[in-house]
Amino acid sequence: MSRRPFVRPVSTTRWYFRHPRYLRYMSREITCIFIGALAVLMLVALDRLSRGPAAWQAFIDALQTAYAAPFLLLILLFAVHNASSWFNVTPKAMPVQIGERFLPGSVMIAAHYVLWALVSLAVLWFAGVH
Amino acid sequence: MTERIVELDVLRYDPEQHSEPHFQRYSVACQEEWVVLDALTAIKESIDPTLNFRWSCHMAVCGSCGMMIDGEPKLSCHAFLRDYPGVIRVEPLANFPIERDLVTVADDFFDKLSRVRPWLVEKQQQTLPGGEYPQTPAQLMKYRQFSMCINCMLCYAACPEIALQPQFIGPAAITLAHRFNLDSRDDGREARQQVIASHEGVWDCSFVGACSEVCPKAVDPAGALQQVKVASTIDWFREHLLPGAGK
Repeated sequence: MSRRPFVRPVSTTRWYFRHPRYLRYMSREITCIFIGALAVLMLVALDRLSRGPAAWQAFIDALQTAYAAPFLLLILLFAVHNASSWFNVTPKAMPVQIGERFLPGSVMIAAHYVLWALVSLAVLWFAGVH
Repeated sequence: MTERIVELDVLRYDPEQHSEPHFQRYSVACQEEWVVLDALTAIKESIDPTLNFRWSCHMAVCGSCGMMIDGEPKLSCHAFLRDYPGVIRVEPLANFPIERDLVTVADDFFDKLSRVRPWLVEKQQQTLPGGEYPQTPAQLMKYRQFSMCINCMLCYAACPEIALQPQFIGPAAITLAHRFNLDSRDDGREARQQVIASHEGVWDCSFVGACSEVCPKAVDPAGALQQVKVASTIDWFREHLLPGAGK
C-alpha cells in the first residue's frame, strides 16, 4: 500500500469568496484604506493650518463641496464599522476576571460605546457646537 | 422512528487508483435522528465497504470525526441529517492533505502541538509526600475554557491563514499553549513563548475569528490568540522600556 497524500489547491486571491465569514473579515480589513485616507486628510489639515487663516478657510470650504461630502460620509461609515467591529471583539482579547467570574462581554462592549459617545460630545463641545 | 432516503456526495480518493479526488453519490436509508457519521457508517456497512473515515466516540469528545459538511468544518457525529436539506456534500477537513477518502494527514498539526509543550512544566519537581498542587477555583477559571479543546482540528480547517501560510502554528496549538501559560501550577511560559510569540506563532493570525465560530466546544481560540498577542506585546514593552527588566 503506497502513500500519496493529495494536497488540495488553495486560491491565494479569491479565498475570501469561499464563505460569508471571510467576506465579513475582509469588510473589516478594508476599512483601513478609509482610515488611512482620514489620517492623510488630518495631515493636510495640519499643513493648511500652519499656512495661515486664508489657507485654512480654503481647506474648510473645499471640504464642504458636493464632491467632498460623499467622500467624508464614506469615511465616517467605514470608521464606524472599524470601531464597532473592534469594540465587539474587545472582551475576547482582554477579558476581565472578577473572582471566579468574568465581566460579561456585553458590559465591556457597552462601556466602549458610552466612552465613545462621551468623547464625541467633548469634541463637539470644544469645537463650539452647543 | 421515521426513515428517509438521504443523498450524500462523498469525496473519494484512493492514492493507488486516482490521480485526484472525485465525488461519489450515495443514497442511504437513514433514521430521522441520525447524524452524518451514522449515514457514513451505514454506507460502509451495507453499500460500499471501501469508504474510509475516522471516528471513535460518537459523542463529540474524541475529536476524530471532523469533516467538511456542506463546506463547513463539523464533527460528523454532531451534524444532524435533519439540519441538511438536499444532497449533503461530505469532504475531508480543508487545509489538510488527503490520505484516503475522508481521512486526512494530521502529522503537521501534531508536530505543531508538541512544539508548544501542551503539558504542565513544573516549577519544581514535587515529590509524592509533598502532596498535590493546590489551586483555587478562581485560578482554575482563568484557563478552564481553553482546556476544553479536543484537538479536533476544525479550527485549522476554518482558518484562512493556515491555508495561505502553512507554517502558522495555528489556533488550537496556540490556545493550548495559552491554557498552560495561564495555569498557576505551570512554569513553562518562557519556553512556549519562543514558539508562539514568533512570526510563525501568534503574529501570523489576522483575527478572522473563523476558528471560534466553528469550534464545537466553545473554546474560543480567536480570543486566546488575541490574549497571547496582548501578553507578548506587554512582554516587549517591559523588556525594552523598563530599566533592568531585560534579560
